Amino acid sequence: MTLDPNPELPVRARAPRLIYRKPDMLADRSTHYCPGCGHGVVHRLLAEVMTELDLPAHTIAVAPVGCAVFAYDYLNVDFVEAPHGRAPAVATGIRRVRPEAFVLTYQGDGDLAAIGTAEIVHAAARGERITAIFVNNGIYGMTGGQMAPTTLLGQRTTSSPNGRDAALMGYPIRITEMLAQLPGVTYAARGSVADASLIGKLKAMIKRACLVQIEGGGFSLVEALSNCPVGWGMTPQESLEHLKGPVVAEYPLGVIVDRGVVAAAGPATEPGAKPGPATETGATPAATPVPAPGAAAVPEG
Amino acid sequence: MTDPLGTGTGPRSPEADTKRRSRVLMKGNEAIAEAAIQAGCDAYFGYPITPQAELLEWMARRMPDLDRVFVQAESELGAINMALGAAATGARVLVSSSSPGISLMAEAMSYMAGSGTPMVLVNVMRAGPGLGSIGPSQSDYFQATKGHGHGDYRVPVLAPASIGEAMDLMADAFELAERYRTPVMVVLDGILGQAMEPVELRFRNPERHAFDWALTGAAGRPARVIKSIDLVPEVLEKRNIALQRKYAEISRQEVRWATERMDDAEYVLVAYGTAARVARSAIEKARARGIKAGLFRPITLWPFPSRELARVARHAHAILTVELSSGQMVEDVRLAVEGRCPVGFHGRMGGLVPTPDEVVGALKALHGKVERTRERDREQQQKRHAGRSEVQSGHHHAAVALPAERTDRAEIGARTGDGAREGAPAGTRDGARR
Repeated sequence: MTLDPNPELPVRARAPRLIYRKPDMLADRSTHYCPGCGHGVVHRLLAEVMTELDLPAHTIAVAPVGCAVFAYDYLNVDFVEAPHGRAPAVATGIRRVRPEAFVLTYQGDGDLAAIGTAEIVHAAARGERITAIFVNNGIYGMTGGQMAPTTLLGQRTTSSPNGRDAALMGYPIRITEMLAQLPGVTYAARGSVADASLIGKLKAMIKRACLVQIEGGGFSLVEALSNCPVGWGMTPQESLEHLKGPVVAEYPLGVIVDRGVVAAAGPATEPGAKPGPATETGATPAATPVPAPGAAAVPEG
Repeated sequence: MTDPLGTGTGPRSPEADTKRRSRVLMKGNEAIAEAAIQAGCDAYFGYPITPQAELLEWMARRMPDLDRVFVQAESELGAINMALGAAATGARVLVSSSSPGISLMAEAMSYMAGSGTPMVLVNVMRAGPGLGSIGPSQSDYFQATKGHGHGDYRVPVLAPASIGEAMDLMADAFELAERYRTPVMVVLDGILGQAMEPVELRFRNPERHAFDWALTGAAGRPARVIKSIDLVPEVLEKRNIALQRKYAEISRQEVRWATERMDDAEYVLVAYGTAARVARSAIEKARARGIKAGLFRPITLWPFPSRELARVARHAHAILTVELSSGQMVEDVRLAVEGRCPVGFHGRMGGLVPTPDEVVGALKALHGKVERTRERDREQQQKRHAGRSEVQSGHHHAAVALPAERTDRAEIGARTGDGAREGAPAGTRDGARR
């Protein structure tokens, strides 16, 4: 029998209660990311979700080239490094020879939306049963803040010093919407790390994307809008405001497609979907999402 | 067509076994594909390109029937990176392409060499540069042996001269790849890919080993990482030193070559692949005209059989290198020969193959030049050392025979030139240092 050290406190406060614990999948070390960077948040969400789903022990993950190249230093799962942009192809190879593994890719926007467009499009088109985490901060962070395909119009970067000019440099690319049109894509959603509420919603998206793979669905993708205070030339706080304002205006948040898990394995087929191009107008395919556990309702943060 | 050759991996009837040993006419690309399957290839990734498309097509038919992996990728980049992923889990992986496709694969080859990921890559070479043509070529010798991608790395390169030998080398290639944790290339020119030859259905499935590096999920062990990056210069240098040690080991252990008609040869043709087949015919024609010619055929283009060739050069009057290129391997020949004897070159480009008569012509020209030089040397020597009657050239004639130790070496590629050498000389001797 031990003496209560604070007998005057209410019982609720006295009982030790675990409210947050770092998931074991998250390595016990500090990251190389710049102050205020969103990668750490996405890493933590992934570790939380994958631990909750008991995935780390049979995960094979693919690291990108870019700021998250060292993801394997922070996430305690088997990792292979892919050449720039090739993570979805590498993941395809893993998936095909290891049907039992949980296969994860983690890519930035330079990696996924520029140099790796062919690989991501075709992995999605084949309906590869892999989960892709796409961190979009609209810039090449690691190489010093150059323009990415996702850079906003007018945004100044080290390779668009006068701001991105559509006439010379084209328009921002909404690749998640593009991918969502492919029938091989079971789930595609866009979240943000801009505040606690959005982070909670992003976590639910990541969980849904992981569940799609576990349940035998096709390709699942979560785009996480993130900030790059250093590359954007802002304070971390300013960058989060920017993320909530102009960035979200260009890249709207939400579930873009959820076709639900239909087949036990292989590419998901859309129930009742018409053959041929799903959308002539380029709008999001009007799939009837089959509600899946934890997917329909995004919890409030 | 579940088992087109009766070569399934399941239990076999004696009839099937008989069938299995019989000779069948097979196209090079298809024979290679089947040999890879029989060597236990778990997964194949490819992309259509002439002149290797039949390899992909054979895999498309066979692999799913065997419950193995076949993926036609969106590009050669896709194919090789799928291979990287599959190989990182410890699977036995094959990729094939032809020259322009291999250029695209160079990036991942560098990553795989750097991270120690085993894989076999077949290049059915076509003429370049650029899109070039679909005709046969050996103009990717530099690419194959001097590095495809960036960085200090090498990959073993195997160059069969017949379809039968190519089949044997597929199993060897997987074995090398896994033993040394490295990509391995098998290079053929378009003729060997496209031609049909009678081949023996004799296969080998190399033993499987448990890999302590393969990615299988970190259950019950610390997580593993397969990577080539290291931003700390000292650490990266250490990794590079380890790689170079591996290459030195491969250079010591895995050199392969073959010789033919070398016992009394004064003129040595150095050639690989289809060029070696042409050289073989040229040797007969040359001998009919009184030029004692023999063949030195590198089977590993890297590691190049430099020491063995140097030994040959010590006693040869001259060497003629024959290639389906502007002269690429000839640089390694010259490096190996180090001026011990004159080295000539004859090659064709653009998808053309030198004819035996062309090679004999080049050999005769070289022969004439060498004889004139030797004659001049003899005269000068006689003038200088009027009192000494022994001439240097006598030595050459006496010592052409190869060192006896070669015959002790294990014979490999016993089917060298299998069924393809119509009227080919007997007595092919293959050497391998183990």
